[in-house]
Amino acid sequence: MATPTIHHGVMFDTNELVLNMGPQHPSTHGVLRVVLRLDGEKVVDAEVVIGYLHRGIEKLTENRNWTQIVLLTDRMDYVAAATSNLGYCETVEKLMSLEVPRRARYVRTILSELQRIASHCLWLGTHAMDIGAMTVFLYAFRERELILDLFEEFCGARLTYNSMRIGGLPLDVPPGWGKKVLEFCRIMEGKLGEYEELLTHNRIWLERTQGIGVIDGPEAIGIGLSGPSLRGSGVLRDVRKDEPYAAYDEMDFDVPIGTTGDTYDRYLVRMEEFRQSLRIIRQATEGLPSGPIVGKVPRLIKPPAGETYHAVESPKGELGYFIVSDGKSTNPYRLRVRPPSFCNLQGLRRLVRGHLVADVVALIGSIDIVLGEVDR
Amino acid sequence: MADQPSGPPSPPPSPAKPAAPGAPAQKAAPAKPAAAAEHAKVAPPAGPPDPSPPPDVPPPAFIASLQAAVPGGVVHVSYWVGDWTIVVPAERLIAVMRHLHDAADARFDLCSDITATDWPPRAQRFDVVYCLYSTPFRHRIRVKVRAAELEPVPSVTAIWPAANWFEREAYDMFGVNFTGHPDRRRILMPEDWQGYPQRKDYPLEGPGELLMENPLDWLKLRQAREEAEIE
Repeated sequence: MATPTIHHGVMFDTNELVLNMGPQHPSTHGVLRVVLRLDGEKVVDAEVVIGYLHRGIEKLTENRNWTQIVLLTDRMDYVAAATSNLGYCETVEKLMSLEVPRRARYVRTILSELQRIASHCLWLGTHAMDIGAMTVFLYAFRERELILDLFEEFCGARLTYNSMRIGGLPLDVPPGWGKKVLEFCRIMEGKLGEYEELLTHNRIWLERTQGIGVIDGPEAIGIGLSGPSLRGSGVLRDVRKDEPYAAYDEMDFDVPIGTTGDTYDRYLVRMEEFRQSLRIIRQATEGLPSGPIVGKVPRLIKPPAGETYHAVESPKGELGYFIVSDGKSTNPYRLRVRPPSFCNLQGLRRLVRGHLVADVVALIGSIDIVLGEVDR
Repeated sequence: MADQPSGPPSPPPSPAKPAAPGAPAQKAAPAKPAAAAEHAKVAPPAGPPDPSPPPDVPPPAFIASLQAAVPGGVVHVSYWVGDWTIVVPAERLIAVMRHLHDAADARFDLCSDITATDWPPRAQRFDVVYCLYSTPFRHRIRVKVRAAELEPVPSVTAIWPAANWFEREAYDMFGVNFTGHPDRRRILMPEDWQGYPQRKDYPLEGPGELLMENPLDWLKLRQAREEAEIE
């Protein structure tokens, strides 16, 4: 813990004030509690307290069979459930050395990119609303609704999808779905301009985000940031490019990176990711191959004894699964999730130091956390 | 180097070792459950198989240079479905990690994950697992340390600040005794929680009656803490 600096003025004694934020606070995106130590309005130190949403999902998985766990992964990052499903299924497939059909890999890619856009919509809306721009929230949720409709048509659910199976997919895409996805891409492309018009050159937005929470590349890697929060600091690290999974090795897309590593750069990176995701969705939908949607999966899933770690790029960053199988039982011996929100949240303490209380809210929004995933 | 694992940590490397010459890694797995089934049907596994790499898969160069730079640092090298794992004794952990972080051919600058696995029948019941990634070279390695219940495992927070919360979680869930950690407290469970939920011998439904058996201890602990705070 850093020693707080207490300045003794000539006329006034300035004392530190301890301010508790959360766990019930609208801008903490769930049940996050931050204990701030303030000098005036400046944050001297912050302690992040988590665990209010801990459900013991890792322990639960040790008592469920391999297929049932897909359902539990939905409950972690509930605004990007499909990506959590994907990460789990791919790890088990790696453990079993299963081949996934090309069509299934393409549909998985489409789903996880749709999910990225939905998650970024939610991030943009809440982040802007925390800072005071109410309109963006309504706009972003309007478009998120379109994605939820697409998911509902695909798998019948709007939030917790349970949309993947070990070895492939539960269902093929409904007829005409691809057309609707392309239509959505067309609509979304135009709406992105609307968001940017409201924010990118907005003076209030610039004042509130530029130079806030600056962090350089090596330090960001050191404190464990990943995903857009890391790329905002100019580090070219994207699991989709570095360790390709699903059908990303066949897709043509760019990875945007920032330069200064402040809140504004992290915002710009995510705005560009919207466009790159649309690019991937278009390619995958237009080039969707025909064929089976499930590989050769044994009826009883029982991976051989061994362990592996596999990561996917969730909208928040590197979502990793470390799974140990004992080869004897029908449930994992140990399943560990490396949640990107958990690691990004760890960096909050470093980011908020020296900033104003109002900026804490901007910074919580900027690292894009979901407490369901932090606490599991 | 090779004789160390067959000493104190006993069971885990031994099933893997005989399978190593010639046999591909996959064949090592089915042999184990069959042998175990003879004794008891539901016997808990004694440890991960940690299969040695098949002869046609050469280990990456940084493992060889690590073995040269830190003598006695690597007691076992394992390969499974494309992942490389090294087993490191706890007393050499910091030297090994420092080398992996700094060496020009390794450069593991990103600590992806730290967690633990519990194998109760083994004397050194915990496997503390470090997943490392290198952004310049884009390679991964997993480092494992075996530790008994109270055996100290040095903290790597000085090398990767990201390890702070990971180690706190491993302490919270398993009770791994990390030493030199700047802020070793529970992170997900309440501060006054008793027991370590992720251990294999901890019941899924929580402490329940175990906790109620001795509510006095619970209350005493709370009172002591409150008094300490007042002072």
